[in-house]
Amino acid sequence: MALLQASRPKAPPPPPAPTARRRKLRRSFIGFAFMAPLLAVNILVIAVPATQSIWYSFTDWTGLGPADFTGLDNYRRLFGDPEFRNALWHNTLWTAFFLTVPMAMGLFGAFLLSRIKRFQMLFRVAYFIPYVVATVVSGSIWESLLSPDQGIGNGLADMGLPFLDDVNFLGDPDLALGTVAFVNTWQWWGFLVVIFLASMQAVNPSQYEAARLDGANLWQEFWHITLPAIRPTLMFLGLMTVIWSFLIFDYIYILTQGGPAGSTDVLGTLLYRTAFANQEAGYAASMGVVMGLISVIAVSGFLYLRRRGWDI
Amino acid sequence: MYDSTAQHEPARRLSLGRYATYAVLLLLVLFAIGPMLLFAFNAFKTRSGMADSPLGLPTDPQWHNLLDAWQQANMGVGLRNSAIIVTATALGVCVISSCAAYALSRLNVPGSSAFIYYLLVTTALPLQLFLVPLFYLWSNLRLYDSLFGLIVIYWAVFSPFATLLIRSFMVGLPKEYEEAARLDGAGEWRVFARVVLPMAWPGVLTAALVAGLQAYNEFLLAVTFIQSSDKMPVSTSFFSFKSGYTQDYTLVSAGGLIMVIPVLIAFLLLQRRFIEGYTSSGMTG
Repeated sequence: MALLQASRPKAPPPPPAPTARRRKLRRSFIGFAFMAPLLAVNILVIAVPATQSIWYSFTDWTGLGPADFTGLDNYRRLFGDPEFRNALWHNTLWTAFFLTVPMAMGLFGAFLLSRIKRFQMLFRVAYFIPYVVATVVSGSIWESLLSPDQGIGNGLADMGLPFLDDVNFLGDPDLALGTVAFVNTWQWWGFLVVIFLASMQAVNPSQYEAARLDGANLWQEFWHITLPAIRPTLMFLGLMTVIWSFLIFDYIYILTQGGPAGSTDVLGTLLYRTAFANQEAGYAASMGVVMGLISVIAVSGFLYLRRRGWDI
Repeated sequence: MYDSTAQHEPARRLSLGRYATYAVLLLLVLFAIGPMLLFAFNAFKTRSGMADSPLGLPTDPQWHNLLDAWQQANMGVGLRNSAIIVTATALGVCVISSCAAYALSRLNVPGSSAFIYYLLVTTALPLQLFLVPLFYLWSNLRLYDSLFGLIVIYWAVFSPFATLLIRSFMVGLPKEYEEAARLDGAGEWRVFARVVLPMAWPGVLTAALVAGLQAYNEFLLAVTFIQSSDKMPVSTSFFSFKSGYTQDYTLVSAGGLIMVIPVLIAFLLLQRRFIEGYTSSGMTG
């Protein structure tokens, strides 16, 4: 590194040689050589199987042996399937929940943190810790804490919250989905705090000073300065929230496996069961295609609007 | 840990609003850390002790719970497999992604903006879309139920995000150094390995950390592609242990504690690099 100094005088631009085209070709060949490892694993693991999935979604493949082309049968069946609609509805609820509650918590925590000087790092690290804990572990943390007989409900009931006694948070069909969403929120909101905080720290402090001189209160500072300033971050995380909400699998599978009575079933768990337990790989593939389409549409729409100059 | 500018100010008294801010922030810390502490306490209780006082400290620490969980959940084997998987995944993702990021940021590959869009879509694609055909492809290639097979999948799945992350680091690097090296006759490989890579090192290290952590915590692919218990990473061996002992939360807690301690230590040591990777990766637009 020491040999290559930035102050080295620049050479005159090379004369336009007849070999320029060949050099350009050579350069793009080198470029592809550098991309070769990524392309190789990506094609082998993602592109080819994903393309196969699209093909299988038009067949009655069981996962073994031959597959017969059945046209749009799987898709027709999909939209009449109450299990599929149930799962899709839960994904929609999940999206609505994660666009509001964890987002609000993340914004709240980040805004408070952005206003303090001491121990900011320490708080940030503490909030982020649940995010690095594996889903299997955070799942079992909450399974034991929410257990009806050995969990904290009984302890809290003794301390004056009697309605928490013997509640089966994960076993009650009315509570299970909300409980899983709560557990995932616990793990997730600290990540949002960290990202929002970084974005808020880039806001010019003179804007806040000007607002304060105008007599703005805390809420007005947050609403009129912070929120507009971090809008790109907000929109990006909103997009990712929508995508991740339709892909959610781990928490549901680990905590409830879709039960009780389908009350926590989502597209991810339904697909997994259809493919590996019911051995209807072709039908499962059509669910995968629908999930993939949702992601592609979300990403493309977002990028399209950004390219059109939308300030998101 | 706190901001050094605070020391230069005279010992200003904290206003009421500031106390309230710190109080709320502390409550949030309790929300984030409290459940983990209770879980850690449970790991040292007896079963009856846990039922009697789910919120209390362990009065008579049962250290043997850790040993029992270690043996019954096969944690030693799981941790060894996970160490292999994490190391190989992190190294492979680094190599794959930094090469690709170099091509995408420096070599004017034709169609590179379309390829970046493809990578963005890949990171948002459901694993389930390619899971079933991949399962049968891996069975045919004899990569099913093998650590190497799982590692290759992790390379493919984690490298798009890592490539975008490293690329956003490389785009910001000054070009003078590599121009100078090229004039000295260095080939692209030398420019990449000796000039650009050392400067992009923070980004590469962050990508390695993120990929390693994801590989350690990953569940869906591990549970689908590994079957034999002697090849399971710690996440699935802990899960199958947990499923078998659903009522003995003390042992489950002890196993979970064993699984989470390596990550916590690594995170606390490297938290600055780790958090900055997420916040400066350009993923927030």
